Amino acid sequence: MQGKVKFIQGNEVCVEAALYAGLEFFAGYPITPSTEIAEAMSARLPQIGGRFLQMEDEISSICAIIGASLTGRKAMTATSGPGFSLMQEALGYAVMTEIPCVIVDVQRGGPSTGLPTHVGQGDVNQARYGTHGDHAIVALTASNHQDMFAITVEAFNIAETFRTPVILLFDEVTGHMREKVVIPEKGEISLVERLRTSVESGVDYHPYLPREDGRLPMSDFGGVHRYNVTGLYHDMWGFPSDDPKIVYGLIRHLMDKIQNYTGNMTFFRQDHIEDAHTVLVSYGAAARSARHLVENRRKRGERLGLLELQTLWPFPGDVVRKVCKNADYIVVVELNTGQVIREVKLAVDRPERVYLANRIDGQLISPTDIQNILRLLHGKGV
Amino acid sequence: MSVKDYIRERFFPHMWCPGCGHGVVLNAMIRAVESLGMSKNEIVMVSGIGCSARISGYVDFHSMHTIHGRALAFATGIKMSRPELNVIVPMGDGDALAIGGNHFLHAARRNIEMTAIVMNNRIYGMTGGQFSPLSGYAAAASTAPYGNIDHGFDIAKLSEAAGATFVARTTTYHVHELSRLIRDAILHEGFSVLEVLTQCPTYFGRYNRAGDAPEMMETYKNRTVAVGSEKKNQDPDLIERGVFVKKELPEYCREYEKVIEKNQQKQT
Repeated sequence: MQGKVKFIQGNEVCVEAALYAGLEFFAGYPITPSTEIAEAMSARLPQIGGRFLQMEDEISSICAIIGASLTGRKAMTATSGPGFSLMQEALGYAVMTEIPCVIVDVQRGGPSTGLPTHVGQGDVNQARYGTHGDHAIVALTASNHQDMFAITVEAFNIAETFRTPVILLFDEVTGHMREKVVIPEKGEISLVERLRTSVESGVDYHPYLPREDGRLPMSDFGGVHRYNVTGLYHDMWGFPSDDPKIVYGLIRHLMDKIQNYTGNMTFFRQDHIEDAHTVLVSYGAAARSARHLVENRRKRGERLGLLELQTLWPFPGDVVRKVCKNADYIVVVELNTGQVIREVKLAVDRPERVYLANRIDGQLISPTDIQNILRLLHGKGV
Repeated sequence: MSVKDYIRERFFPHMWCPGCGHGVVLNAMIRAVESLGMSKNEIVMVSGIGCSARISGYVDFHSMHTIHGRALAFATGIKMSRPELNVIVPMGDGDALAIGGNHFLHAARRNIEMTAIVMNNRIYGMTGGQFSPLSGYAAAASTAPYGNIDHGFDIAKLSEAAGATFVARTTTYHVHELSRLIRDAILHEGFSVLEVLTQCPTYFGRYNRAGDAPEMMETYKNRTVAVGSEKKNQDPDLIERGVFVKKELPEYCREYEKVIEKNQQKQT
């Protein structure tokens, strides 16, 4: 990979990647451990003619980016668990009104104020189920800076392709850690630009009439087509409706446009899976320790493999099932009381093979912690 | 263009109750826009939730019906992104000042150019007549069956203190004044607040024995005076109408344009 080499924080990587993806608008509110994203945005955005807003809270931050995105700009906000909780209602609004945006949650220990400066991965389920009502959601994560860069760009690509909010679930460790990252040259990662309508001014335009493939060619708000946007169930003009046929059609469309395209948004890494007797399933900061352990134990001939998930939602159940097919032990490594493990158990055959290796004390799980669990499982004692 | 050209006729009849004052505000707003000769394409209307919020669906502008209390936050994103658009934000009193109170204060503080119209009917109408932050002490409401012990506040004073650079008040009785003030508010280069006292005969009127719509409007006529009037000295309970604040201060989007101008293309 050609490009500029930098040694920066994960939060700064996220900023560089968002700008690479074409971000023009950011609104946010200070919160540890995501604040560096807002700080860097406030400096970088005016330099490229973009706009930065520090709002009065996280609710208004997500509302502002939804408004800006509707006018045609790629937009993002960044926060941590408590702020992400505040954003949930507006997140549902973005789902319902099909307005693309990216929401970064640099996770810390929770619930409540929890552990502002320590790591946690407790927001996996909040990302999925936080907003009310049935809905599909996309949530991505990464464990190192190079992947964080790529996955942030993908988040924008998915948001723009499917006109949906996309959540980036990073964590305190990856957000604050400094490591090398190569900023790719322009064009090295392909970018998706928003699909705009070709309907001309003066012709009856249906902003909420999806194409066959579920994509919506929308006119930028403030442009030649005037239409209505509402969080109520709405018809193809965007006008409120409670007609059962329209309600059914819209909720199906909102679910299907994600669920029918999970292949386009499933990202993962697998190492040493072929002959693995034990497969570690992990993501984010926890996957760094899992990878370290797998590399070390492989040198000693232990048949350990790693499945690192980068897409958490929609949960890549098919991938998990296939990768774990021949394993005797499946160990989910995560920093919560067991959120992804539930999905893994639902996905695999013989779920009794699935075990949890976690830490819930604000500390990053270490390779030794995982090794101790494996020794127990393998009947070797600690 | 005629008034009809500004509404989405196929979405009528509207959903407001007979006698509701909100239709008067809609009418005055359209007349104001018409008198300004503005193109429908350059107007964005952003609303929240409640009876008042439904106004955005009936006008043939770019219209965004958002979530409860957050209209100004969505509007801030739109305006910052496209400062050339004229942004009008109609809100109810509960929408603007209870759930949306914080956004109201901060939009005023920033002095971002948009027109906030607070349609104050002193009640939550959509949910069936609960007391709002503007109901006032001793008012009756479905959640204040023994009389309200919450005190209201003065929207105009609040707006001024928060930094709004245009603040005015009128009522649905004073239709010409209403239209003129909406026009002035739209023309103002900064955050403008217009409070409109608007009757809710269905809930506020009924619970408080304030009479039907004409009677409530009659009260607006009799119990309000032009700002600075002598009558106010004799009867301090009279409510003042007119423009309370009109001043020029740096506008937010223009200030940000300066930040961009100074720093653009300076790479780190």
